[in-house]
Amino acid sequence: MKFLGQAKNLISEIDIFWDNISRSALVFRTGMNNYLDGKTKRFQSDLKDIRKLESDTDVMRREIKYKLYSHMLIPESRGDVLGLLETTDNVVDSIKKVLLQFDIERPEIPDSMKDEFKELTQLSVNTVDEMVLASRAFFREISIVNDHINKVHYYEHEADKIEEDLKRKSFTSKAIKTLSWKVQLRYFVERLARVSDEAEAVCDRLSVYVIKRSF
Amino acid sequence: MDTILIFLSSGLFLGWSLGANDAANVFGTAVSTKMLKFKWAAIICSIFVILGAVIGGAGASETLGKLGSVNAIAGSFTVALAAGLTVFLMTRVKLPVSTSQAIVGAIIGWNFFSGFKTDISTLTKIVYTWVLCPILAAIFGFVLYKALIIYIRRSKIHMIRIDQYTRIGLIFVGAFGSYSLGANNIANVMGVFVPVSPFKSINIAGFTLSNTSILFFLGALAISLGVFTYSKKVMTTVGSDIFRISPLDAFIVVLSSSLVLFIFASEGLQALLISFGLPSFPLVPVSSSQAVVGAILGIAIGKGGKNINFGIMGKIGMGWVLTPFLSGVITFIMLFFMQNVFMQKVVL
Repeated sequence: MKFLGQAKNLISEIDIFWDNISRSALVFRTGMNNYLDGKTKRFQSDLKDIRKLESDTDVMRREIKYKLYSHMLIPESRGDVLGLLETTDNVVDSIKKVLLQFDIERPEIPDSMKDEFKELTQLSVNTVDEMVLASRAFFREISIVNDHINKVHYYEHEADKIEEDLKRKSFTSKAIKTLSWKVQLRYFVERLARVSDEAEAVCDRLSVYVIKRSF
Repeated sequence: MDTILIFLSSGLFLGWSLGANDAANVFGTAVSTKMLKFKWAAIICSIFVILGAVIGGAGASETLGKLGSVNAIAGSFTVALAAGLTVFLMTRVKLPVSTSQAIVGAIIGWNFFSGFKTDISTLTKIVYTWVLCPILAAIFGFVLYKALIIYIRRSKIHMIRIDQYTRIGLIFVGAFGSYSLGANNIANVMGVFVPVSPFKSINIAGFTLSNTSILFFLGALAISLGVFTYSKKVMTTVGSDIFRISPLDAFIVVLSSSLVLFIFASEGLQALLISFGLPSFPLVPVSSSQAVVGAILGIAIGKGGKNINFGIMGKIGMGWVLTPFLSGVITFIMLFFMQNVFMQKVVL
C-alpha cells in the first residue's frame, strides 16, 4: 500500500506544479499592470514573487523527475511528462526574465502604447492559462487537451498581431524620438510576446504526446 | 523409478520449454515495461502454474486422451519427445509453433503407427477450438479494451493512478493467466503420460493426491523451472519485439488470453454452462501465443484498425496445418526406431 501513497503524493506535487504556473501568469499580469501604471513598490513585490515561484517550480520539477524514476512510475510516458515539465519551466523563466528586465532597464512606455502593452500581456497570460488547462487535461482527460491547445494557438496568433503593431508604432511614432528608445521598445515588445511563444512551444510538444497516448 | 524418470524426461523437457516461452505471454510485458520485477513475476507465475495444473488440468488432458490413448510409457516418451523436437525445429526456422498443435500431431502419429483409429469427432473439436481460440481472444480484447477506455474517459483518473491500477491489475491477471496456462497446457506436457502413469495416489494430511495430479505436479515443476531458468530472456525481448504495446494494453491482452485459456480448461465453467442449458466450450489445450496475438488484434481493431498486419493470421493458419503434420511424421519415424532399433515396447 506504500506505493499507493507514493502515487497520491506525486499527483498532488504535479497539481501544485501547475498551480505555480497559473500563479506565475497572474503575477506576470499584475506586475506588468503595476509597472505600466507606475506603481513601483507593488511591481517590486511582484518581481520578488515571480523569483520565488520560478525557483519553487525548478525544485518541484526536479523532485517530480526524481520520484518518477526512483519509483519507476508511468514507464511508457515519463519521458514525455518530463519533457512537458521542462518546457513549461521555460515559460516561467521567460516571465521572470521579462519582469526582471523591466526592473533593470526601466523603459519608458509612451501613454499611447500602454493599453496595447497591457493587451499583449493579457494575451500572453491567456496562452499560459490555456496551456496549464491543456497540461492538466493531459493527465486526467486526454480527449479535451486539443480544445485548449487550439485556444493557445488562437491567443498566440493574436499576440503576434499586437506585437507587430507595437513594433511598427515604435518606429513610426513621432513621440519616440531616439533610435535607442525605439530599439528598446521593440526589445520589450518581443520579450512580452515570447511568453506566448514559449506557451505555444509547450503545446506543440503536448499535441505530439497526446497522439502517442491516445487510446 | 530411474527408468520412469528417463521416460518422463521428454515430457519434463516439453514443460521446461513451455515455461521458458509461454510465461512471457503472461508476464512478458509487465516485466519488459518495468512494471514488475522479474523475480516477483517468476514466483507468482510458478505458484499459479502449479495450482492450475494440479487443480484444473484434468479436463483438457481428458480430451487428448480421447484423441489417442498412448498405452506404453516408451510410446508416451517418444510422442512427447517428437512434439518437443517439432517445437524446436519450427522455432529454429522461425515459424509460429504451438506445443498444443505439436502434441496433437504427435498423438495422431502414434495412432497411425499403432493402428488405433483417431477419433474424428474429438479431432474436429480440437481443430475448431484452435480456430476459435484467437478469434475469441480478439473479441475479448476488443470488448474489454472498449469498456476500459470508456471507463477511463468517464472517470477522469489521473495518469499516475492508472499506472498504479495497471501495475496491480497486471499482477492479478498474471496470476490468473498463469493458473489458466497451467490448467490448459499441462495436458500438452503430461497428457500423454496419464494412461501409463507410474505413480500411486498418496494421502497428505487428509488430502488425496491422485496419480494424475502427481504427474501434473511434476510437469508444473518443470514449467516453473523453465520460467526461472530461461523466461527472463524471452520476457525482456517481448517488449521490444512484436508486442510493442502499453502496460494498459498488456493488461487487456493478458486478461483476454487468460480468459480464453481458462474457458477451454475449466471443468467447473463447463458444468455451469451445461446446468444453465447453454452451449459449453470443449476442454482442449490451446496455444497461449495465438490467444495473445488474437487479443492484440482485437485491441488494434478497437483502436481503429490501422496498421494491422493481417499476414500474422496467415502464419497462424499455416501453423495449424504444418505443426501437427510435421509432428505426426516425426513421431511415426521415431516410434519406428524406438521399436525396431532400441527394442522398446511403444504399443501394448
